[in-house]
Parts: sequence; structure tokens; C-alpha cells
Amino acid sequence: MENIDWGLVDWSRAQFALTAMYHWIFVPLTLGLSFLIAIMETIYVKTGNPAWKKTTKFWMTLFGINFAIGVATGIILEFEFGTNWSNYSWFVGDIFGAPLAIEGIMAFFMESTFIAIMFFGWQKVSKKVHLTSTWLVAIGSNLSALWILAANGWMQNPTGMQFNPDTVRNEMNNFWEVLFNPAAINKFLHTITSAYVLASIFVIGVSAWFLIKKRNTDFAKKSMIIASVFGFFSILYTIGTGDGSAKVVAKYQPMKLAAIEGLYEGSTEADLVAFGFVGGEKTKPEVSGIKLPGMLSWLSFGDSKKFVPGIKDLVEGNPDQGILSYNERIEKGKLSIDALAEYKNAMKSGDTENAEIALTVFKDNFEHFGYGYYFGKDPNLLVPNVKLSFYSFHIMVILGAFFLLFFILTFLYSFKNKFQGKNWLLWLSIWTIPLVYIAQQTGWIVAEVGRQPWVIQDLMPNIAAVSQIDKSTVQITFFLFFAVFTALLIAEFKIMFTQIKKAKDINTNENIGGTN
Amino acid sequence: MFENLSHLALQEYWWVIVSLLGALLVFLLFVQGGQTLIYRLGKTEGEQNILVNALGRKWEFTFTTLVTFGGAFFASFPLFYSTSFGGAYWVWMAILFAFILQAVSYEYRKKPNNFLGTKTFDAFLFINGLLATVLLGAAVSTFFTGSAFSVDKMNLLNLSGNKMPIISSWETPFHGLEAVWTTAHLAFLQNLALGLAVFFLSRVLALLYFQRIIDNTEIINRTKKCLKLNTVLFLVFFLFWLIRLMLIDGFAVNPDTKEVFMEPNKYLHNLLERPVILAILLIGVVGVLLGLFNSIIKNKDNGIWFAGVGTVLTVLALFFIAGFNNTAFYPSTFGDLQSSLTIENSSSSHFTLTAMSYVSLLVPFVLAYIIYAWRKMDKTKITEEEINSDSHSY
Ligand code: HDD
Ligand code: HEM
Ligand code: HEM
Repeated sequence: MENIDWGLVDWSRAQFALTAMYHWIFVPLTLGLSFLIAIMETIYVKTGNPAWKKTTKFWMTLFGINFAIGVATGIILEFEFGTNWSNYSWFVGDIFGAPLAIEGIMAFFMESTFIAIMFFGWQKVSKKVHLTSTWLVAIGSNLSALWILAANGWMQNPTGMQFNPDTVRNEMNNFWEVLFNPAAINKFLHTITSAYVLASIFVIGVSAWFLIKKRNTDFAKKSMIIASVFGFFSILYTIGTGDGSAKVVAKYQPMKLAAIEGLYEGSTEADLVAFGFVGGEKTKPEVSGIKLPGMLSWLSFGDSKKFVPGIKDLVEGNPDQGILSYNERIEKGKLSIDALAEYKNAMKSGDTENAEIALTVFKDNFEHFGYGYYFGKDPNLLVPNVKLSFYSFHIMVILGAFFLLFFILTFLYSFKNKFQGKNWLLWLSIWTIPLVYIAQQTGWIVAEVGRQPWVIQDLMPNIAAVSQIDKSTVQITFFLFFAVFTALLIAEFKIMFTQIKKAKDINTNENIGGTN
Repeated sequence: MFENLSHLALQEYWWVIVSLLGALLVFLLFVQGGQTLIYRLGKTEGEQNILVNALGRKWEFTFTTLVTFGGAFFASFPLFYSTSFGGAYWVWMAILFAFILQAVSYEYRKKPNNFLGTKTFDAFLFINGLLATVLLGAAVSTFFTGSAFSVDKMNLLNLSGNKMPIISSWETPFHGLEAVWTTAHLAFLQNLALGLAVFFLSRVLALLYFQRIIDNTEIINRTKKCLKLNTVLFLVFFLFWLIRLMLIDGFAVNPDTKEVFMEPNKYLHNLLERPVILAILLIGVVGVLLGLFNSIIKNKDNGIWFAGVGTVLTVLALFFIAGFNNTAFYPSTFGDLQSSLTIENSSSSHFTLTAMSYVSLLVPFVLAYIIYAWRKMDKTKITEEEINSDSHSY
């Protein structure tokens, strides 16, 4: 098939990755900090202590700076499904559009309405109404996460739908199956708890800086205690739900699991790589490092005797385990696509008999539908980037273990009020901030790169999902986004640092950042 | 309750909702209009700050309405979403860029050490005000003048052809920008006229909004002068567009065969055959005129209410003309008329529309809390002192 414009596909992917990753720099802080602020304001309303009001307001200022750029980067994602993945938008729009619309109606309006009260309403509404508004901002932002992640989870494990041959698309037939998809639930829980981890580390790190500078120490200690408690419980949940995510991946996306572990040949009692390196060819990786025997089988299926398929088993097939090879699936996929075309033609000419026959062939092979687009191509194209998946996954997991230790330390030290003077711990807190951002980005790389080339698992590969535009057009918008987002990111950094640096006397009665 | 409705009834219900969101969006574009007037109305920094803050407490609503409009269109008429956004790529991208710039500008413009400087962020606000209004107006006009695209679902099943397996393709390399220079049937005049009409309308609404919300004599006096000129320009472009709309051939659908064909004076017929739409349009236009009358002749500060409701009704009527009464709302002018999109051939399934209809029951609730929040926040007029005393301002 010489008809595929790979350049267009790759540039469209690059553009989506660029914009989504930029968006994801800001989203987790919004998700987590909104709750931390709400907790702080609750303490203020309960105790009436104005120091807590100032603490709340300081973090709110930083929240506002981050929120603005989160919104700026979000709008483009909302429309990119149409602009750059238009075929996708038709093929599954009947299912995928719904969460996006619900997100707008349910979550974005809630966020944007109550954020106005949160920022401008201190003197205009009662304390109670203000506190409620702050909580609603937190709930609204987390609700938006729910819907968009349900959408994303559905792409990894399409359920609750049926293909309609007459409209040539997938149509929803069970709303709750889409929403309560196991992939979606794990994704939602893992993502929001990891966002709470990020926000907690952000608050601890910034507070540590004040302690080093011996400024606003009272405020910094207060913030630290809240963030340590919140962060400690969040990391436990993150690790737990991460394990849940791995089990879901093992069940629905075996190739992704093989890629993140660099597993070439599958086995029972498969080993888990704790630390390691990947060498070897692109689709035939060789992993060296420390391995934990049987752990991969156990982690994936809760049973160390279970078979975990490797890349070889999936590409070449493994009859013993009942795994079809990719070539067989490509054949069946092509059969399915061709049968659908036959059905359409037969219907047009009124030949219902042949239409029936074609329809049966189509249905019997539908689970391989997407593979048909790889007819006449190298089946190894269906293997994702193993190195990127492997390293991203291991970096995330190692950092996860490190954050657990980190929160135990900050938890103990801030409760015993022994933070001050422990300069190594204070500096460690500051340097953990970039690490948690790295953990976030690598997490999404695992999830998104690991599922390539599928946009909808087994149904639609990225080559059949793009919009018909020139590669050069996408290149132009790619670089425009790159330039604009980078400029805005620099502005955000400078503003954020300046607000932190100039924040003085949060403990006393003077006004703090955000006054101008 | 919704599951018992016919597919067509659900499609019509969703066309009403999408139209309502579009109509609210056009009204809320007063924020954009206002952004093009900051330096015109504010001569000192203090005055400019008042204007920016008056808009800054509302911009999120416009933005969120645009996002929800996009999401709702996607969920209810996915074929429109994929064909138009993927096809008229440059128009939508330009609109989106304008909104990206806006989203950070309020929060960042006055913050110390903000890298680009206040002037740049204010320029971003101006660019957003100009581009968003003109382009959205022109884009809506193509609902009546058509665009050069084709849709063929069989392409998705085409594994051996020389085309990519993509169903919608745009047939000009300019991806939508050609709307402002297509000479066939003078489409460019029509599209530009609506673009400019929306631009001047958004300024008119902004001026009325300022009169309502700001307590500052200098600014108010300037809004009065400015209002007359913008009103005249708005009326010229809008009436030109509307009158021509009544005269041109429209894209009609045969209700039995679903075939699309050209019908002379189609849009005039839609109004005459559906008196409800005509009534909404007339009430809307009268509302806008009443608002202007109240402000210009009677010197009252409540013009924004009349003009606002009037705008929503007028735009609603225009969307209804485009989609109802067997009309193709997104016509294809490229060779094959049959690629044109109608509310029937571009919609989601019965199941999805039903599910989404339940979700739509939330809309009144959302509107209620928005109104509650606005009333709380707009209790007192905006003055320089109020902004300076507030703990958060732009
Ligand atoms: C886990 C949560 C999450 C994920 C995966 C995404 N977003 Fe997001 N989005 C949010 C969570 C969020 C948020 C927390 O609600 C934001 C971030 C900052 C903000 O202002 O709200 C937001 C803002 C935001 C906005 C601006 C909304 C407004 O008007 O305030 C849009 C249009 C989107 N997002 C759309 C998307 C799309 C189409 C995504 C799919 C790739 C996406 N986001 C991924
Ligand atoms: C916000 C956090 C996200 C990040 C950081 C992220 C990251 C990425 C990356 C790195 C890619 C490119 C993969 C590659 O081409 O190798 C990608 C592609 C993509 N992602 Fe995400 N993603 C995010 C969220 C989402 C969500 C929530 C959705 C759906 C609702 C989504 C849908 C897609 C689609 C449609 C593509 C392009 C098609 C493809 O290449 O598969 N992403 N994303
Ligand atoms: C230490 C234990 C952890 C494990 C076992 C784990 C496991 C996983 C797995 C298997 C996925 C892929 C899910 C998919 O492809 O659908 C994933 C994704 C992700 N991880 Fe982790 N993770 C851990 C820690 C963390 C930490 C500490 C963070 C950040 C602070 C994080 C952030 C993310 C994000 C943002 C995603 C993408 C969203 C998603 O797919 O759920 N993870 N994780």
C-alpha cells in the first residue's frame, strides 16, 4: 500500500504528543493544589485564624498562574481530535464525543464559575459560600479528569459499543460500560492520586525554600504538614492503583506490557525487571539487569504460574497459548474490511442475499478489523517503541518508590517540627519537584507510546485515524504550537518564581502576592 | 423519556441545544469586542485597568462556552466535527490560537517579571478580539454559502486505492481560508459581511456591558460616542448579509429521497414556512434595537439586557434557518452536492443522542448557578478603588 503518507501520520502524532504533554505539565498541579487549598481554607473557616487565610491566598495565587496556562493548552486538545484526527472522530465519535461534551457541561462550567468567586469573591460572599466555591473548583477539576480519562481508558479497551455497518462506524450501546470500563477506572484513580502526589511535593518544595531562606517559616511549616499528610496517603494510593493499571494492561494490551518490560520471549513465572537496560534490535530487545523471579507473572495476573506473552509470541503467534500471529490477524482483518465493502456494495445494488453473507464474514472477523490496515506491510510495525516504553516505565516506578520514602521522611520531620536546619532534607525537597514532573510525563509516555500504533486498541491504527491535510501544514502548526507554548511556559516560570521570591510576611498582617 | 422519541426528534432537539450554545457564544463574544476597545476607551492606566478587570471576570464563560459548543457538536453531530475541523483546518487553528493567547493574558499582563510585557499581553487580547469574532462570523456564514469538501465513507474500506483511507477531504489547499475570497455566487462578500457584523456586534455589546458595570464618568462618556459608530457599522453589514440571505439559492433536502438540491430563495422560504423561526428572529432583532434605543436615546444603562437577549434569539433563529425545514446546514459546493451535511446524515446514533439528552437536563442547573454567581459578583459597579482593594485583580 503506497497510499499511506507516513510523514503526515508521524507529524500529527508529534503534534498531539507535544500539545498533550504541555497540557500535562499544568494539569496535575491544578488537580492536586485545588484540594490542598480547599483543605487549608477549611481550617481557616473552622479556626478563624487569619494566618490560615493568608496561607490559602498565597497558594491560590500560584494556583491561578498555573491554571491560566492549563486552560490555554487545553483548548487545543479539545479540537485536535477534529482538526488532526478527523477520521477517528467519525469512526468512534458516537462514543468518544459524549465524555467530551459531558466534561464541558458538568465540569468546565463548574470550574470557571466558581473560580471567579474563589478569586474575586472574598469581600462579596460569606465565608461559607466562599469555602463552598473553593471546594467546587476542586471537585470540578477532578470531574473533568474523570470524563477525559474515561474517554482515554475507552480507547485502550473499547467496550459498550457495536459496529454499525450501515453508518460505517462504532455506536454506543451501553453508557455505563464505557464509564465503568476497568481501564478507565484504574486510569482515573492512578492519574488523580499521582496528581495529588505532584501537588504535595510542589507545596513541600516551595515551603522548604522559605525555610532555607528563613522567611515565612510559620507559614511554611503549616503548609508542609498538610502536604506531607496528603502526599503520604496519595502515594500509597498511586502505587496501589499503578499495580491495578498494570493488571489491566496485562489483560487488554499484552503488547504494551511486553514493551514496558522489554519481554521478547514469553514464559510462565516470568521475571520482573527491577533495574535494567535494553539492548538488541528494535523489535527484538535484550534486557540485562536485576530481575525478580516470577514477579511479572504475579504482578500481571496475581499468579506466578501464569504465562506472560512476549513480543515474539504476539508477532509470530504461539499456538500452545492460543495466540494468533500478527500475520494471521492481518489476514482476518483484511477479510473483515473487504467483507464490509462487499456488504455496502451489495446493499446498494439491492442484493440482500450476498449482503447477508458478507455481513457474517465481516462480523466473524471484526475483532481483528484494525489489523487489516496493515495488509502487505511488515507486522513488526505493530510493535511500539520498546526502549522508550521500558525506560519510561522503570523511571516512573523507581521514582514512585522514592516518593514513598520521601513522604515518610517529611511526614516524620514536619510533625516533630525538626525540618528547620536539616538543610539536606530541605534541598532534597526542592529537587524532588522536577522529579515528580518527570514521573508524570513518563507515566503518560508509558500509556500512550506503549499502545502504538493503536488509536483504538485493535480497531483503528493511527494510519487510518488522521485528517487529510498536507504534512507541511501540520509541520507549520507543530512549530507554531511549540513556539507559543514555550514562550508562555517561560512567562509562567518567571511569574511563578517572582511571586514566590517576593512573598514576604505571610505570617503577619501584610498583604501577600497577587495584589497587582 | 427520551428513548421514546424518534431519531429525527432527537436530532432536532440536539440541533436546538447546539444552536443555543452557539447563540450564547455570540452574545458572550462581548468580551472579545471589549478587548478591542481597551485603549480606545481607557486613556490612563487606571482606566485601562478598570476595563480589563470588567472583562476579566467574564472571559472564562466565553471560553468555556466555546469549548462546550465544540464538545456538544462532537457528541451530537460527529460528522460535522470531523469534516469541518479537519477540513477548514486553518480557520479553526487561527481561532484556537487566538483563544490560547487570550487565556493567559488576563492573569499574566500585570504580574511582575512576566517575560513578554504588559503591552504584548494586551496586544494578545486585541488579536483575540479581532480574529475570534471575524473568523467565527465568517465560519457561520459558510453554513449558508457552502464549502469545498467531499465525504465518502467507503474510503475507510479502501485498502488498495491510491488514497488514504480517510472519509472527509477538503478540496482546496487553503483549508477554509478561501471562504473570504471565493468569488462564486459572491460567497466572499457574504462571509466577510457576517464576520464584520459579528465583530461590530461584539463591540456594541461590550459598550453596553461597560455602561452597565462600570462606574467612571470618563469611560462612560467615551462609550456613548463609540456606540453610535459601531452601531451603524454593525447594522450596515448585518442587514446586507441578512437581505442577501433572503435572495440567494439555498441548499434544500428532499425529505423523501434525502437528496440535496438548490432551491431559489430557500432561506426566505424557511422563514415563511416556519413562522416560529420568523417570530424568534423578529423578536431578537427588536430586542437588539431596543437595547440600543435605551442606551443611545434614553441614556439608560440596561441596554445590555435587551441587546443580549436579542442577540441570543437572533443567532438562534439563524441556526434554525440553517438546520431545520429540510435544509443542509453544512453544504458542500464541491461538485457533489450530496456530500452536504444535514442534521440527519451527520448525527450520532439514537442511543447516544438519548444518553446525551439526559445529560442536557443539567443545563438549566448550570445556567442557574452561573446566574447566581454573576449576580453576587456584579452587585456593585466596578471602580478603580474596588479593583485596588480586591486581593486579586488583573
Ligand atoms: C486528568 C485530567 C486531564 C486530562 C487527561 C486532560 N485534561 Fe484538560 N484539563 C484538566 C484535566 C485534564 C483540568 C484539570 O480540568 C484543566 C487543567 C488546568 C485547567 O485549567 O483545567 C484542564 C483544562 C482543559 C481545557 C480548558 C477548559 C476550560 O475552559 O477551563 C480543555 C479544553 C481541556 N482541558 C481539554 C482536554 C482534552 C481534550 C484532553 C485530552 C487529551 C485533556 N484536556 C487532557
Ligand atoms: C494529558 C496527558 C497526555 C499525555 C502527556 C499524552 C501523551 C501522548 C503521547 C506522547 C502521544 C504520542 C505517542 C506516539 O505517537 O508515540 C500521544 C498520542 C495520542 N494521545 Fe495522548 N497523552 C495524554 C492524554 C491523552 C488523552 C486524555 C487522550 C484521549 C482522551 C489522548 C489521546 C491521544 C491520541 C488520540 C493520540 C494521537 C494518536 C496516536 O498517535 O495514537 N491522550 N499522547
Ligand atoms: C510505583 C508504582 C507505580 C506503578 C506500578 C505504576 C504503573 C503504571 C502503569 C502500568 C501505567 C500504564 C497504564 C496504561 O497504560 O493504561 C501507568 C501510567 C501512569 N502513571 Fe504510574 N505507576 C507507578 C507510579 C507512578 C507515579 C509515582 C506517578 C507520578 C507521580 C505516576 C504517574 C502516572 C501517569 C500520569 C500515568 C498515565 C495515566 C494512566 O495511564 O493511568 N505513576 N502507571
